[in-house]
Amino acid sequence: MSRTSHPYLFTLAVALIVCFGIYRAQSQSTQPANPSQSQTEGQKAATPSAAQKNKGDDEEDLFAPEPAPALPPGMTGSDPNDPRAKLSAGLYNAGEISMGMKHLLWLKKPDAFQLGTSNPDDPKVQKIMGQLGMGNNPKIPKAAHLVIAQLAFANSDLAFQGNHLFQGNFYGISMYDISDPAKAHLLTSLVCPGGQGDVSVYKNLLFMSVEMPNGRLDCGVQGFPPEPPQPESKDSQQPKKRHIPVAQKDRFRGVRIFDISDIQNPKQVAAIQTCRGSHTHTLVVDPNDKDNVYIYVSETSFVRQSEELAGCSDEKPDENPNTSLFRIDVIQVPLAAPQDAKIVSSPRVFMDARTGAINGLNNGGTHGKNGLKKPVDTNQCHDITVYSALGLAAGACSGNGILLDIKDPVHPKRVDAVNDPNYSYWHSATFSNDGTKVVFTDEWGGGLGARCRANDPNKWGADAIFHLKDDKLTFSNYYKLPAAQSDTENCVAHNGSLIPVPGRDIEVQAWYQGGVSVMDFTDPSHPYEIAYFDRGPIDAKMLVLGGFWSAYWYNGYIYGSEIARGLDVFELTPTKFLTQNEIDAAKSVQLADLNVQDQPKIEWPANLVVAKAYVDQLSRSQALSARQISQLRKAIQSAETSHMNKKKVAKLQKMAPRLDKDAATAKNPSDSMRMHELADVLKRLSAAA
Amino acid sequence: MNILRVHRHWKQFRLHCERQKQCVLRVSLFCTLLLIILGACGSLELARAQQTQARPVVVQPGAPGQPSKILPSSTQGVLPPQSAADTAFMQGMIVHHAQAVEMTAMIPSHTNNKDLHTLGARISRSQSDEIDFMKCWLAARGEAVPKPMMGMPMSHDSMTMMPGMLTPEQMDALRKAKGAEFDHLFLVGMIQHHNGALTMVRDLFNTSGAGQDAELFNFATDADNTQRAEIRIMQNMLKKERPEEK
Repeated sequence: MSRTSHPYLFTLAVALIVCFGIYRAQSQSTQPANPSQSQTEGQKAATPSAAQKNKGDDEEDLFAPEPAPALPPGMTGSDPNDPRAKLSAGLYNAGEISMGMKHLLWLKKPDAFQLGTSNPDDPKVQKIMGQLGMGNNPKIPKAAHLVIAQLAFANSDLAFQGNHLFQGNFYGISMYDISDPAKAHLLTSLVCPGGQGDVSVYKNLLFMSVEMPNGRLDCGVQGFPPEPPQPESKDSQQPKKRHIPVAQKDRFRGVRIFDISDIQNPKQVAAIQTCRGSHTHTLVVDPNDKDNVYIYVSETSFVRQSEELAGCSDEKPDENPNTSLFRIDVIQVPLAAPQDAKIVSSPRVFMDARTGAINGLNNGGTHGKNGLKKPVDTNQCHDITVYSALGLAAGACSGNGILLDIKDPVHPKRVDAVNDPNYSYWHSATFSNDGTKVVFTDEWGGGLGARCRANDPNKWGADAIFHLKDDKLTFSNYYKLPAAQSDTENCVAHNGSLIPVPGRDIEVQAWYQGGVSVMDFTDPSHPYEIAYFDRGPIDAKMLVLGGFWSAYWYNGYIYGSEIARGLDVFELTPTKFLTQNEIDAAKSVQLADLNVQDQPKIEWPANLVVAKAYVDQLSRSQALSARQISQLRKAIQSAETSHMNKKKVAKLQKMAPRLDKDAATAKNPSDSMRMHELADVLKRLSAAA
Repeated sequence: MNILRVHRHWKQFRLHCERQKQCVLRVSLFCTLLLIILGACGSLELARAQQTQARPVVVQPGAPGQPSKILPSSTQGVLPPQSAADTAFMQGMIVHHAQAVEMTAMIPSHTNNKDLHTLGARISRSQSDEIDFMKCWLAARGEAVPKPMMGMPMSHDSMTMMPGMLTPEQMDALRKAKGAEFDHLFLVGMIQHHNGALTMVRDLFNTSGAGQDAELFNFATDADNTQRAEIRIMQNMLKKERPEEK
């Protein structure tokens, strides 16, 4: 793909000119924009010549990243010699590298979710400049908006249904036809701003999270008017009067429901308001309730005023027991009448069962003696992954990882909670398919920062893998992207999904600009990487937000939602870590739809493809003798070439009891399990009639 | 355009050939080439036609129950209005964060507490990163970027003190303390400091039209979350130190 743009040079120029413009604006400004700044202004005024002398270097550095501080003692970082560490930069022409993955397709973000143009002479540019409040400053290059507005049009999470892929965006939803994944194409751009556009799909209903204050019931793009500048008051003690009420009846923060019966003409059927909006949400399908589905709403942002939505309160629990903090909201969606969807419960999932305190997790107690303020607790979930087949959910809830019993989905009950000294922000969770492990992620720095530099500890901003047994979580080990990333690449653990390779626990995961990494955590104390894809930074000189938000496996392919660059499609390729048979076995699992946080239980068919995958694994781990492996392969081969001839299949099936027997003496539980599973597959093989 | 040019070349070529009377072979070769090129053009056109069939639509839904609008395919994104409160928030928070960086810089020379060293590294890292981010945000929008001076005593003037910031007296006491006393003052002071940031975020969102900028919204929300997590860690550390104190 030939690209004529030069983002690197361009951004450098932008940075230089912008900073020069700022300096001029600063020295020309006669009054500070805000009282809080007067001290700084005062300092400047006191030493104008010094400021002027230094300004060139100073201001130019504004866009440059600061070098990472030294590693804390006893900590190690990721590998700076990995080939991924030094890829060339570029928005659309960055260096790329992969291992065990083939890049099939890359689609740029649709125009409707872009500010428009990279051509500074485009007449639209002035309009955009005005919207940004930059129209009057000729020193700021017109195309600076490309950098400025990244997040307002960021791509976010993915959901899948049949041949359709839904890609959330802070500005709406993109809908793609993926019937031929290598030739996926756009069907619909649904415009409806409000961030961050987390998506789920169930039958004809598409759900979308909205949390930002610019969200509108009518999907309008205009947001709400800001308060006009306050007239200068002589009496500075007098409190400011607001000219525009903060409360707006047209504002929407919560979960939208669209009817997508006609995918090229989706309609909004409901919009359920919540106090803190919806950062993410999780579809919950109760196997015992055919009439409704449920939505768990994870709310992480500010509580709106009760004037806007009755009952909302950001008070502390002892001030108001009905505070909107310290809870999740549960929406019931009647399938026959989705317009009647409403919040049916707001479970206090952080409650201390003994004391009844609703802020029961990590409550530090009060330290009134030293004038210390009341502690702030885990008061929100960031994301919840439900595993209905187990009746469990794993909540990544700011300061804690929690385990919920969801057998009664309207009244989830916390059954365990963990914390971790190296964790900054509990972000998301994935169960192993057998439910014996949970992978949590730590979004240290919120995804906006470079956190995979060689000097960033690889226990920070990493996955933490927990054992799960009898509803108890026990920490096992961390996994972090093994390749160091540059200081202009935002990078931290982010969203991933299981790859259904039988006999192994494998997750594909997005690491923002750290790329996509595929990790094996079959042995949770020794997770390791088996495949990856990475692009260089968007820019070499400054951190421009981008990278993979999510990387999910769906029906044989890996889809990556790239914040700034669009949508990528990948296929796994065989390596010493993963055989073609294992890939084929994963591909044999076909789902009708996939909402990753509503984790489906994978069942593998009893066929030769799956058998071959197990044999490859037992060969790799040398759990069976070379002779036994070769006998198994021969028997499978002859059953296959004979088109499942009765005799040949029977011969193969006779090998099952020996496998079951050997399993008892296998070196490790994984191999033992594989032998039993292989034996089971062989027993269930059906011969041709 | 290309076809016209080919046609012109072709004419010249033919003239040339007629004069030379010896290039029948060349002409036929040329014709074959031309056919291949035209064929390729044709299939390209066909591909384009197929693309047109599956033309993507831009749809803007209405309020719940209302019909959706089909927008022109040329539709591009627009941003919500910017608010002066956004700028003031970022400028104030830089000053606020700078004090936290100043406090963490004291740790190596004032205490041997390993946990505090780790905590200090974390806070210093997150606050410096956030300062960088805020500076960039302001600079990119052509707003003034404050330059707080490290180590300079701050006045009591409420104008220069963002919520939760330590007073000059508190900072002095911290500078003079060592060992366990420093640890304690640091933790108490940093919790007070972080709580101030939470107040600033709340004030921002309680201002009409503020926080609609996606970057700012995300930043303020994440900063809020990060500080809550750090507050929690510090409170646990305070709890641990308590038995030793008494």
